Amino acid sequence: MLTADQARELFARVLKHSHADETEVILSGGAHALTRFANNTIHQNVAEESAALSVRVVVGGRTARASTNKLDEESIRRTVAAAEALAKVQAPDADLLPMATAAEAGAAPDGAPSRYFDETAAITPEDRAQAVRSIVEVASKNKLTAAGIYSTSAEAEAILNSRGLEQFHQQTSSEISITMLGGDSSGWQKANSPDARNLDAASLAETAARKARESAAPRELAPGKYTVILEPAAVLDLVGFMFWDFGGQALLDQRSFLNDRVGKKIFGEDITIWDDVTHAWQSGAPFDGEGVCRQRVKLVENGVVKRLVYARGTAAKIKQSELAAKLGEVAATGHGFPLPNEMGEAPMNVVFEGGPAASRRTVEQMIASTERGVLVTRLWYIREVDPYEKILTGMTRDGTFAIENGKLRHGIRNFRFNQSLLHMLSSVEAMGEPVRASGEESFDMVVPAMQVKDFNFTEVTKF
Amino acid sequence: MSMKEIASWALNVANLRGASYADVRIVDERARSLATKNGKVGSASDGESLGAGVRVIADGAWGFAATDDLKRESVEGTAAKAVAIAKASARVKQYDVRLAPEKAVTDEWATPCRVDPFTLSVEDHLALLLRIDSELRAVKGVTLAETGLSFRRYEQWFYSSEGADIHQTKYITGAGYAAYSFAGTEISKRSYPNSFGGQYQNKGYELIDELKLVENARRIGEEAVALHQAPQCPEGKFTIVLDSSQLGLQIHESVGHPIELDRVLGMEANFAGTSFLTLEKLRTLRYGSDLVNVVADATPAHGPGLGTFAYDDEGVPAQCTPIISNGRFTGYLSSRETAHSIGETRSGATMRAEGWNRIPLIRMTNISILPGEKPLSFEQLLASTEDGIYMQTNRSWSIDDKRYQFQFGCEIGWEIKGGKLGRMMKNPSYSGITTEFWNSMDAICSRDEWTLWGTPNCGKGQPMQTMGTGHGASPARFRAVRVGSAYKGT
Repeated sequence: MLTADQARELFARVLKHSHADETEVILSGGAHALTRFANNTIHQNVAEESAALSVRVVVGGRTARASTNKLDEESIRRTVAAAEALAKVQAPDADLLPMATAAEAGAAPDGAPSRYFDETAAITPEDRAQAVRSIVEVASKNKLTAAGIYSTSAEAEAILNSRGLEQFHQQTSSEISITMLGGDSSGWQKANSPDARNLDAASLAETAARKARESAAPRELAPGKYTVILEPAAVLDLVGFMFWDFGGQALLDQRSFLNDRVGKKIFGEDITIWDDVTHAWQSGAPFDGEGVCRQRVKLVENGVVKRLVYARGTAAKIKQSELAAKLGEVAATGHGFPLPNEMGEAPMNVVFEGGPAASRRTVEQMIASTERGVLVTRLWYIREVDPYEKILTGMTRDGTFAIENGKLRHGIRNFRFNQSLLHMLSSVEAMGEPVRASGEESFDMVVPAMQVKDFNFTEVTKF
Repeated sequence: MSMKEIASWALNVANLRGASYADVRIVDERARSLATKNGKVGSASDGESLGAGVRVIADGAWGFAATDDLKRESVEGTAAKAVAIAKASARVKQYDVRLAPEKAVTDEWATPCRVDPFTLSVEDHLALLLRIDSELRAVKGVTLAETGLSFRRYEQWFYSSEGADIHQTKYITGAGYAAYSFAGTEISKRSYPNSFGGQYQNKGYELIDELKLVENARRIGEEAVALHQAPQCPEGKFTIVLDSSQLGLQIHESVGHPIELDRVLGMEANFAGTSFLTLEKLRTLRYGSDLVNVVADATPAHGPGLGTFAYDDEGVPAQCTPIISNGRFTGYLSSRETAHSIGETRSGATMRAEGWNRIPLIRMTNISILPGEKPLSFEQLLASTEDGIYMQTNRSWSIDDKRYQFQFGCEIGWEIKGGKLGRMMKNPSYSGITTEFWNSMDAICSRDEWTLWGTPNCGKGQPMQTMGTGHGASPARFRAVRVGSAYKGT
């Protein structure tokens, strides 16, 4: 796997070929493996080792990028030349800042834990097969079939530039996702962690199996507005759609649902959201696509949108625009995507505070307090219907239950929802303990389960 | 060092380590992407990637390993790893993998490409995009204009332990733009020639000249702004007419995905889901009305679609499979491993991988609805529609994990009154159950109105991979469709 010394050596080789005013290199590499199973069989099993070199140059106020995975001298020379050629045909960009120096990159916030675990990096195909066997045993015991994945990886990432900036990060990750299928029902669980020792395959399998058993013979409920209890993965997959709008560039482009809403209360009092790469349950590099250290940013406080995130260039543009007076503190926060890009920046390490500790409820407590409602394990195929009202549509899936008089009664046929996030996050009746959650429609976050009133189910499907 | 020699290192080691089958794909890929935003270059990037993936069967189970280091030691080590992974897979299996036989072929093929986009001037590409941008932003009220061009050259060498030796080269070209208008509490959007990146085909730069990008930009900007004044699409049951690009996506989601046999057999259950098309429905299910004829056609004769090739990534020659014939369900997308489950002795040639570092999966090829046999222009279709709603260009799409219940939103709609287009409408959406919807189709335009659209980024598999798929369609009419549910209750 890429080491810091190897990154410096590769950067030196790139610089030898560069005629640009400034040169930046992003290096990534590692080993990824994934064991996939279905019908109680490992049916796909893959591994990859690779490295990538991406070169950005600045020539006379113009920038472009070229990438390769070929690390021989001729390929490096050609890649640098391709970046320079792409840069030179553009008009100079008055908004383009010089590359960040080490001083401008800032200091990493205190407290970022190590995210590299030798035990995870050392996991073998046989280890993954053993875990899958334990999952299949749970399936067989329950007369179900199991499908899912167990993946592990070890990777490194480095950013270096000709103004002296150097950043390096190594991380492992592991993930287990399980679907248990019965004749007319299913259940699901998923977990991931940089440390595979935090994953309990058999326990996840038991929970998924229980959901599949208990939702068998699903009945049909009429569409309408219901109190829903969304498990954390369902919350994550919904709220994930709004964070691409929490960047300064999105407001400059007027494509954000936060146009005219920064500083205003648009969610309930109980909603406070941070971006915090140092959180114990977060993952990822502590620096952004330019190598600037990621700061902790309080995005929403008691329902009020307090602050956005900014790449260096976005912050500089906004300070010179009419928006500056409307957005509160505007400064580079270390959330930029690699340049050049059209999106600007976005928070990628989202943490929901979850309300005062005394107010937190378990999912069981939320169920017990619900006279008539629906428990949702996960959501699927979520897409944005309306970008300003943040209306999303999607389906429930893999464990959807009717709640009556404080108890789970039976499984139900899956619903389609059309739900505004503004309305949803203003209608939260209770929240759970925030946990690290993983879904399928959005990046991982720290979120609580939520009890939400008047959730809008518009149609029902046949299963 | 030839690609054949590199592959032979892997095949030899796989054989020595006990693989009963092995194949090697070496892929050399080049890509260029250019984009503008509000009068400036938004991004300009070039990329290349070279690597090899080794797929094996050992002890009756699959293993796969990939590397971008093509030195002998690395390639041999990768093959050994693939076999070790297969043997680990064999610890949890219910059956041995069985492949339908296929004659090993030696052949070469390339996408017809009149103009290699990588030989053209990037300045000219950027100038084109900035001209489009200028047209879009000449319209007062357009607050964001985005344009983009992308080019890809994908060269693959396939070798198998059965003796296959196939070299294919594809060019993929794509272009499109979008105008956004923010006013009040609305962000409206119009795209051309299609949403989410535009139109893509397996062609060279000649595609760009065919698309009339500059000519349509002013209209697109004007429509984005005009949407603010348009009434909201009503709710209720209506006759709808879908433009060919929206119908292409409808086909993708509600026909193309459920016919993937691996999905039917449960192999995608944890991620993309399963399918309502259980095996007993083959040749018995009435999927659509008599007018619905859908094929899965990867042959070059079908057109330069993203699903066109000479051989799939198992070395099986491209085929045309009837999927829906006069409304009856007649075919799946299959592979060498799955063909026997539907009583076939040969794969349907649909296996493709995103690149060297992914295994091939059953993927849609060109899943196209055939145009109406009787001449019917779009104007004639409208003229025969007394009352309805015409919807154009997709904005949102969602379907359940068995592919039954769907909802689509489009960028723009128009009422149809007395056989003519009337008022513009905003936020048109429609929903339904797949088979009920297709059985409500009572008219489809003929060949002159048919376009072979490209969806460049269909996602599937774990780890995820994306693939280009083609969808040919003409505008068509559907009766008594639920409209407007996307905004119901919100």
